[in-house]
Amino acid sequence: MNAFVAKDELPQSVPATNSDVLLRVDNVSLAFGGVKAITDISFDILKGEIRAIIGPNGAGKTSMLNVINGFYHPQEGTITWRGSVRSKMRPYEAASQGIARTFQNVALFKGMTTLDNIMSGRSLKMHRNFFWQLLWRGPAEREEIEHRRKVEDIIDFLEIQAIRKTPVGRLPYGLQKRVELGRALAMEPELLLLDEPMAGMNLEEKEDMSRFILDVNQEFGTTIALIEHDMGVVMDLSDRVVVLDYGRKIADGSPEDVQKSQAVIDAYLGVSH
Amino acid sequence: MLYDIFIDPFVQMYQMPDFFLQVLWEGFVAGILYALIALGFVLIFKASGVFNFAQGIMVVFAGLTLVGLHENGVPAYLALILTIGVMGILAYSIERVVMRPLVNQPDIILLMATIGLTYFLIGFGEFIFGGEPKRMIADELGLPTGSTAFEFGERGLVILQHIDVAAAVIAIIMVATLGVFFNKTRIGRALRAVADDHQAALSVGISLNQIWAIVWFAAGLVALATGIMWGARSDVSFALEIIAFKALPVLILGGFTSIPGAIIGGLIIGFGEKIGELYWGGLVGGGIESWLAYIIALIFLLFRPQGLFGEKIIERV
Repeated sequence: MNAFVAKDELPQSVPATNSDVLLRVDNVSLAFGGVKAITDISFDILKGEIRAIIGPNGAGKTSMLNVINGFYHPQEGTITWRGSVRSKMRPYEAASQGIARTFQNVALFKGMTTLDNIMSGRSLKMHRNFFWQLLWRGPAEREEIEHRRKVEDIIDFLEIQAIRKTPVGRLPYGLQKRVELGRALAMEPELLLLDEPMAGMNLEEKEDMSRFILDVNQEFGTTIALIEHDMGVVMDLSDRVVVLDYGRKIADGSPEDVQKSQAVIDAYLGVSH
Repeated sequence: MLYDIFIDPFVQMYQMPDFFLQVLWEGFVAGILYALIALGFVLIFKASGVFNFAQGIMVVFAGLTLVGLHENGVPAYLALILTIGVMGILAYSIERVVMRPLVNQPDIILLMATIGLTYFLIGFGEFIFGGEPKRMIADELGLPTGSTAFEFGERGLVILQHIDVAAAVIAIIMVATLGVFFNKTRIGRALRAVADDHQAALSVGISLNQIWAIVWFAAGLVALATGIMWGARSDVSFALEIIAFKALPVLILGGFTSIPGAIIGGLIIGFGEKIGELYWGGLVGGGIESWLAYIIALIFLLFRPQGLFGEKIIERV
């Protein structure tokens, strides 16, 4: 996996370690009826870091992301976001407080163009109300243009100028993932949740995506939590890794520590009984 | 017999062009009105995937509210504004009481909910406004009455009812406004986003509740316009609810998710109905206007199940 740009080789414009805790999960448990998806998990995400969440299939990784961005409400435990403990939070409240995400199986607006998809990420930043929009001309139109400029920056950043006007349903999978990242970036999030950003990609696409993730982290200072199965990617990108198995946390630490952990090796390779 | 079916009608069209034009105009107006109803359905279907059974009764309810307010001494224009307000409150209540608790339920549940809503509105409407037909306050609203006759050919006449002209103009303005609104603004984009993927829409901070309320309000406004126009041609009564089912063939033709589809579908049904009735209806004793639309729609279904402008759904297996 030395094809990937190792994080240490890049110029460090933003200090990677900053001891501020951006998000803390305390003793969270989540069950669907009798099925326990997450059991008593605690970890934190520091400001400015790339935090990986890994684990075998069905370990509860995606459920964890869904808890963080408000799709699921845990039965037990608390989530502390920017120092304040939040109870039930709706997804759009999470979004308005700076949590953006992408999905495991691309959730784009398939009928809309790349441009419109990314523009929809600006929804929360646009304030002209219903009646101004009915008029359309004037303030609402100026607002539209101003946001369009920001979106063009993102399009340039992700190098997807050529597909600006293509309906995303027609794009190949790798590009769809990139557009989805663009939509999340358009929200100018503080915390970006990436659910398997590289699933189903070939090596070249993975390299591109890794580069974008590192750039987002370092240039914009965005904190990133990502779920990924490709261990090479995880070890290269992340500052710290939390490992889940059957809904429980089995390891937490630097990539090197986690790799050495016996519990992790057992979870991935299986143990002989 | 074959002559009657294939040749005679066209001979008549040729021999009496003024009559033919009159029929076309009637078809156009009927088509526009069907399109207006279908538009109400399309708005809600696009945003929530719900076939809104209650659109027909919303038309009646809007019309009755308007007339009822005026009967109680509210000036016509003020009554119109108040009715718009009532449709806003209705939209908000529907979102709050019906839609919100049913988020993520299968479509069939939502359809049943709108059927329930239909019966609620019928009962509520009769309770407040009574069951008897009312005359639409077209004059008071400043809608034109009367008609203009154009001479055509040597002794032909084509008569245009002014109210029909007004209906066409209003419908075209509404459609254009909605088109711009849905394609060029943030809320329009949010609406299309919600239609595509609820979860993704939530994750970028779009509030489903707000969007649904807006969509129901827009459908309520369309219902009001439809109520005024249909009411002005006949009366405002609960029987009007039935015309809502004319929207079904229109939707099948145009596709459930397409605004232009609703318009074109409406026009095809409108023209088809009038021309069919007047030139071919006699062959089977007349009265085919009431069911011809469904036959046209059936034939279309055979060839384009997704409608003229509908989204073609290709499932990958």
